[in-house]
Amino acid sequence: MLAAILSLTVLGAALGLALGFASRAFHVEGNPVVEELTALMPGSNCGQCGFPGCTGAAEAIVAGTAAPTCCPPGGKALAQAIAEKLGITVDLSGVEDKGPQIATVAEEICIGCCRCIKVCPTDAIVGAAKQIHNVLREACTGCEACVDRCPTEAVTMKPVPPTLQHWVWPKPAVANVVSTTAAA
Amino acid sequence: MGILEKIFGKHWGVHPDDHKRPAADLPIKRLPVPPRVYVPLSQHVGALARPIVMVGQDVLKGQCIAEAQGNISSPVHASTSGRVVAIGEIPAPHPSGLPVQAITIASDMEDRWIECEPVADPFSLTPQEIAKRVAAAGIVGLGGATFPSAVKLALGLRSKIRTLIVNGSECEPYLSCDDRLMRDRAEGIIKGVRVILHATGAREAKVGIEDNKPEAIEAMRVAAASFKEITICPVPARYPMGSDRQLIVELTGKEVPSDARAADVGVIVHNVGTAYAVHEAIYHGRPLVSRVMTLNGGAVAQPGNYEVPIGTLVDDLFAFCGGLKGTADRFIMGGPMMGSVLPHLQVPVVKGTAGILALTAAEVAEREPDPCIRCGSCIRACPMGLLPLEMSAHIRADDLPGADDLGLRDCIACGCCAYVCPSHIPLVQYFYHAKGELSARQRAQLRQESSKKLVAARAERLERESREKAEAAARRKAERDAAKKAAAAAAAAEAATAPPSTATAIDGEPA
Repeated sequence: MLAAILSLTVLGAALGLALGFASRAFHVEGNPVVEELTALMPGSNCGQCGFPGCTGAAEAIVAGTAAPTCCPPGGKALAQAIAEKLGITVDLSGVEDKGPQIATVAEEICIGCCRCIKVCPTDAIVGAAKQIHNVLREACTGCEACVDRCPTEAVTMKPVPPTLQHWVWPKPAVANVVSTTAAA
Repeated sequence: MGILEKIFGKHWGVHPDDHKRPAADLPIKRLPVPPRVYVPLSQHVGALARPIVMVGQDVLKGQCIAEAQGNISSPVHASTSGRVVAIGEIPAPHPSGLPVQAITIASDMEDRWIECEPVADPFSLTPQEIAKRVAAAGIVGLGGATFPSAVKLALGLRSKIRTLIVNGSECEPYLSCDDRLMRDRAEGIIKGVRVILHATGAREAKVGIEDNKPEAIEAMRVAAASFKEITICPVPARYPMGSDRQLIVELTGKEVPSDARAADVGVIVHNVGTAYAVHEAIYHGRPLVSRVMTLNGGAVAQPGNYEVPIGTLVDDLFAFCGGLKGTADRFIMGGPMMGSVLPHLQVPVVKGTAGILALTAAEVAEREPDPCIRCGSCIRACPMGLLPLEMSAHIRADDLPGADDLGLRDCIACGCCAYVCPSHIPLVQYFYHAKGELSARQRAQLRQESSKKLVAARAERLERESREKAEAAARRKAERDAAKKAAAAAAAAEAATAPPSTATAIDGEPA
C-alpha cells in the first residue's frame, strides 16, 4: 500500500513538474498562423481592409470572419499565398488586381497642406507647409491612404511603369492538348 | 559518368548548321560615320552610367560622356565627334521595346579623336593600374555577358588565378565576328591576352577555338608563336562550347560548382573581342567606342563583318551595308540560339552586340508547339545536366519554386533543349519567364521588408515625438513651477529682509 502511494505520488509530482516546465518552455505567444500571415501581408497597416492594421486583418482571416482577398494592396498574389498557407480555395475572380501602383502628386494643384504626409504609413511623402509635396517611389507601398486625405485631389494612384531591368518574359501559351485528352 | 563519357563521348549540346560562311570569309569592313549615334547608358551588367555632358555640348570621339556609378558599372564614351543633341529615352534593343536612357550625338562627320594616352610598356604598370585603365575605357565582356571587365580583373587579383581562358570558340551559328577578329587582328588579341595575364597574375593562357575555324587557329598560332605561356587549343565544334563552364571543362578538366564562379576553381574567362579591346585601351589609350559585328541571315544583301560605332541605329547599319534582299521575317540581335528578337530597326547597336541577323520565314521555321511526349531529347542535349521537360512542366503549372529546386538557376538559357524538342515547345521562354518571375518575387519580398522597416521607423518617430512633447511639456511645467516657487521664495525673502531694505524705500512697501 505504502509502495503504491509513494510510487503514485512520485509519478504525479514528476509529471506535474514536467508539465509545468513544458508549459513555460514551449509557451506559444498568440496564434502562430496569425504571425505567419502577418509576415505575408504588406505590413504598412494602411487600414483599407477595415481592420486595425495587418495583424488585425490576419487574425480576422484566420478566424474566418474576413476573406483572404480583403487586402487591396496585396492583390491576387497575396490572396493566393494566404489561401495556400491556410489550405483553402479562394475565388480570385472578384479581386481587382491593378498591379503595383504608387501615389503621385500633381504639382499644379498641390497646396502644401501636409495632410497626406501625416497619414502616410511609410513616410513616403516629403514636403512642408505651403511647399509642393512629392512621393518617394521606393518607399511608397501604394496603400492609397493619402488619396482620400487630399483636399484638392492632387494625389492620385498611378501604375508603376515597367522598366527594362524589371521586365519579365511572358509565359508561353500552353500547347494544344485538346487532341491528346480526347484520345485519352 | 566519367567512364561512360570516355567510352561513348560527350552527349551534351547540339550541332546546328553553322551558316558562318560566306560572311566569315570576307575581311572586316569599317562602317562610315552615321549621321547620329544613340549611346545607351546601360550597355553592361550593373548600375546605369551617369551622364557628365550637357545638351548642346561638343564632344570628341572617345570622350567619356557618362561615368560609372557604383562598384559594378561601366562608363560610356562618344563613338564619334559631334554635338550632344539629346539626353533621354530611346527604344532599347530589347524584345520588350521598352525605353532606355541614352545620349544622342549628332555627328560632325569629322570623326575627330580625343587625345589618347598610349602606354608604351604595359608591363611596367601595376595590375591595379591596368584594371583602372580598363575600367576607364568602358570595356565589358564582349562575348555577350557584358560584365565589366575591370571587375573581373580585380576579382582575379583577389582569388588566385592560375589559368586565363580566352574564349574564341564562337559556337553560335551565323556569327563570325570573333573568327574574323582572330584572322585579321591576331597580334592585337595576343598583346591584349598578355596584358590580361599580367593584370590577373595568371601563369598560362589557353585560347579555345572551335575546329571549324582553321584559318583563325592558324593566324592565332602564328601570332602566339613566340610566347610559350599562350597556347592555342582547338576544341571540337559543338554548341554551346562558347559557354564559359563548358569551355573550362574542355580545356582544364575542372568543373565549376553550381553555386561558385570560375575564379573559385582558379580560372578566368575572357572573350577574344575583350582581349582586343584591352589591347586598344592600353597600347593606344582608346576606349571601347566601336566593335566588330556580323551582319548575316538569309535576308541580308551583303553578309559580312563590320566594325560599327557603338550607338549606330540598326536601320543605318542596314542602309550602309546594302540593305535587305527579300522580306525578313525576324530581326535578331546576337546569335539565333541565344540572341534577342528586335521589336523594330530604330534601335542602336550596343557593346554586347555580336551580330544582327535578318532571317527569312524559311530560316525562322516557326511551328505551333505540341504537347510534350516525354522523349527525353532535351535531357540529353542539356549541357548543364538539367531536366528541361520537368522544369517546364513545373513552370506550366505555376510551381516556380519547384522548378527552382530542379536547378533552374543553373540553366544558361543556351536553347539546346528547345532546338532538339520534337514537339517545338519553347522551353527557353518558360525558363526566361520563370527566372524573371522569381526575381520579381524576390524584389517584392525585399520591398515588403524595407517598407516594414519604414513602418517601424515611423512608429518609433511618432512615439519619440510624443515623448519629447510630453517631456517638453513637463519641463515647461517644472520651469513654471520653479519660477513660481522662486518668485514666492523671493517674495518671502523680500518680506523677511523687507524692513531693513525698504527702510530706505521711498514709498515704503508693505512688509
